[in-house]
Amino acid sequence: MASGSNGPAIGSNNELQWYFSQVKGTIEEDINEADIITAVQFNHDGEFLATGDKGGRVVIFQKDPGAKGEYSVYSTFQSHEPQFDYLKSLEIEEKINEIQWLKRLNNNLFLLSTNDKTIKLWKVSERRYRMNGFNLHDEYGVQRDLNSVNTLRIPYLVPVDELTVEATPKRVYDKAHVYHVNSISLNSDDETFLSADDLRINLWHLDYINECYMLVDIKPANMEDLTEVITAAKFHPTNCNHFVYSSSKGTIRLCDMREQALCDQHSKLFEEPEDNGSRSFFSEIISSISDVKFSSCGRYMVSRDYLTIKLWDLNMDSRPVETYNVHEYLRSKLCSLYENDCIFDKFEVVWGGPSKYPFEPMPRIYERSGLLFILARNARIPPRSVLPMKVGYTLQVYTLRFRLDGVSVVL
Amino acid sequence: KQWYQRRVAITAGELRNEDVQLRLNSIKKLSTIALALGIERTRSELIPFLTDTIEDEDEVLWALAEQLGNFIPLVGGPDYASCLLAPLENLATVEETVVREKATESLRMIATEHSPADLEKHFAPLVKRLTQGDWFTSRTSACGLFACCYANVSTSLKAELRQLFKMLVTDDTPMVRRAAAGKIGEFAKVVEVEFVKSDIIPLFNQLAGDEQDSVRLLAVDAGIVMAGLLSEAEIEQLLLPQFRNAASDKSWRVRFMISDKFNELQKAVGPTIIKNHLVFHFTGLLKDIEAEVRASAANKIKDFCTNLPADIQETVIMQNILPAVKDLVCDSNQHVKAALASVIMGLSPIMGKDNTIQHLLPLFLIQLKDEHSDVRLNIISNLDSVNKVIGIHQLSQSLLPAIVELAEDPKWRVRLAIIEHMPLLAEQLGQEFFDEKLNALTMSWLVDGVAAIRQAATQNLRNLVAIFGIAWAQNTIISKVLSMARDTNYLHRMTTLFAINVLAEVCPPDVIAKFMIPVVANLAGDPVPNVRFNVAKTMAKITPLLDTTIVQSQVKPCLDKLHQDADLDVKYFASEALILCH
Repeated sequence: MASGSNGPAIGSNNELQWYFSQVKGTIEEDINEADIITAVQFNHDGEFLATGDKGGRVVIFQKDPGAKGEYSVYSTFQSHEPQFDYLKSLEIEEKINEIQWLKRLNNNLFLLSTNDKTIKLWKVSERRYRMNGFNLHDEYGVQRDLNSVNTLRIPYLVPVDELTVEATPKRVYDKAHVYHVNSISLNSDDETFLSADDLRINLWHLDYINECYMLVDIKPANMEDLTEVITAAKFHPTNCNHFVYSSSKGTIRLCDMREQALCDQHSKLFEEPEDNGSRSFFSEIISSISDVKFSSCGRYMVSRDYLTIKLWDLNMDSRPVETYNVHEYLRSKLCSLYENDCIFDKFEVVWGGPSKYPFEPMPRIYERSGLLFILARNARIPPRSVLPMKVGYTLQVYTLRFRLDGVSVVL
Repeated sequence: KQWYQRRVAITAGELRNEDVQLRLNSIKKLSTIALALGIERTRSELIPFLTDTIEDEDEVLWALAEQLGNFIPLVGGPDYASCLLAPLENLATVEETVVREKATESLRMIATEHSPADLEKHFAPLVKRLTQGDWFTSRTSACGLFACCYANVSTSLKAELRQLFKMLVTDDTPMVRRAAAGKIGEFAKVVEVEFVKSDIIPLFNQLAGDEQDSVRLLAVDAGIVMAGLLSEAEIEQLLLPQFRNAASDKSWRVRFMISDKFNELQKAVGPTIIKNHLVFHFTGLLKDIEAEVRASAANKIKDFCTNLPADIQETVIMQNILPAVKDLVCDSNQHVKAALASVIMGLSPIMGKDNTIQHLLPLFLIQLKDEHSDVRLNIISNLDSVNKVIGIHQLSQSLLPAIVELAEDPKWRVRLAIIEHMPLLAEQLGQEFFDEKLNALTMSWLVDGVAAIRQAATQNLRNLVAIFGIAWAQNTIISKVLSMARDTNYLHRMTTLFAINVLAEVCPPDVIAKFMIPVVANLAGDPVPNVRFNVAKTMAKITPLLDTTIVQSQVKPCLDKLHQDADLDVKYFASEALILCH
């Protein structure tokens, strides 16, 4: 597993250039399967970066103070353990599917991490003191002679130099998903979040582990009629009532929780009208949306299917505002990709931070196995690969994140 | 004293033990430690220690917050109450909600024992610090501390407190605004009326129009509390617009909230507002597009109609409520119908005999035939109110099939519910009807497949005997119960014994002796040990009710025989019963 972070530099023709500033992990050919990174997330101000791996561990990196902005390990803990569902004779993998940070409450950090079935709320806190002045034993833990105890001592705090970081699970939200959880998303009201699996979306309150409400249920009465599954779900960044979910059939549905208790009826449906000319056997597979993300203003969202990235305006559901072909040359190779199962690969898409350079607002970055593409949103520049950057080795890259100010990104 | 000191030292040491449970036990004995230390050392050492250690498990912190609320005597009385503020202030900022709430509760308790001078010097600054705290946890806790200190501080400080509350209402974080919405009602109660109108109501309006649903729905309750402080004219001018907005809010959750609180709202506003506005909104809620809202409103129908002003009651019911009710009877959602069924019968006394027969009776009959069992059950549970108005013989034709169907429902909990209503039904339907139509049912429950049903059925028998009397029992049920003793299924033979256990309580001794004892004694020779030891248990139960001659002549020989039984349990229960014979 390897993860690297890049920083941009402006090249001679005002294109952004990217370079690796840090690589974490090994670049060896044979890697420990449990070390494969499966989830990555910066927190809101970019000071911390959390990664989740296939072995159920979460590693948190903290930005070093100073201009260089490198990250070092802050805390590591085992978030999920492998489990066995006895009723169905199925293994439940400990692989972390997604991590979401909560907004800062105080000096402690909170994040949600989820595997296929169970979501956990973790608190990460620092301890910089120890206790001294005990009655029954001295500083080294040696028991005092009880007969010598004739006054009552109250212990006092002593600061220590070395920092201890503890992670404690505060809540465990489980037993609510029959199918595999693919997304979690926090609401702007700071007290609820949603979790989505293939057929259902549940709404939780952070304080209550015993109850959740089902928001969406697309399970058909007869499982043989199943044609579509949920692939991702997100809350709107500022409207506490709106969320979207994407499907394997290339649709995105916007739901308004104010209208009904059960949001099976969507308020808006975003779907690109089909181009009958290019329809093929693979059309439906490659139209499956693997990721959806809102812009921070909440007006736009971006979706990723196999070959393209689409930018949508929430006010217009008839078609996307822009479509970017990421690797159009693969369209002719769909057959062989189907044979080696690569056609089912899932990609993520991420918004960049607000750009400092007025000519290129909101560049977006997306990746495929070690090749990095940057696309300018400026309509004057036709969508094309601006900066193909070949890396010397093949990375299995799963996910991608921008830090808040758009300065660095993690593969 | 040495020993006591050591014991307390151990407890104090446990305050920092690795094991949470030990720390928890320690914290719960905090008062013991404080007593041992004495007032001075508690103030100078223990309280600072507790102030520093807020990194701990939630249960320990919660217990600590609770203890500190009662610590005033241990620090030297009300004059020193303010020294407890420091640890509680820290506890009020932790991220765990229950701990913060407990700390706030303890702070409120301590506030009542502060002198006005101390409130100004110590408590109000604490409120100010929390309100201006960086983290929203301290700001949410601050919301609950205004009402307890406002009344006893100076005028200038009061103005400052009002200003601080305003900051909380306009906070960026929804969490804080929610807390403010939850506490604005209690704050308004202690603020002077002119300031309620000038300062607090505008804040309420902001909360009622907040962009977050969760804030708006808490504002509903706050509004109702404040309505209790104002005159009807003032309510109409200042609060009514927000209530009306809530009843037609885009979010169903806000509409649900106002529907849920509708009765309180009705009582808080005056008759003019009810007439001019509430009737319209209530009818609207009954027709809401979201089933949860309709069900909530349906539950309030009876109370709403009862509390209508007398001059408009009949008109409103006939013109507004009844048409809505007719639609609800055929609602697509079963929970709405069930909610309606639980209250619809309550309209009978209000509407009077003629209207009930003409308008309500057809609706009862429709609901009695509903496909969902909980709708039918709710109707049957509430027959009492109808009986007083029109007598239920009108219904009996339809009631019987409904009862029979529920009594044979495949879900045992439904069957259980109808058994529990049987005594009431029997009383209202009368003995003749019961004998004719329901007796067979009562007997069939005694041999139901589910043990809980059989048990409830025996209790039912006892209740029926209490209603209809011994003579009836002798004529109708006792012979049937006793005949079950010859059933091939041992469970049914045991049911006879259980029935005798309960029936014996309401039967005279001669009946017990003449009819029951022979049957019981006969079962002493049963091949199944469970039956035999239950014989012993039954004998033990009825022996105190009989006179000694019978006991010696009939009961004791039987028990002696059982005492020689091969089965250990039979022997045991027989010997227990024999003790009672002596």
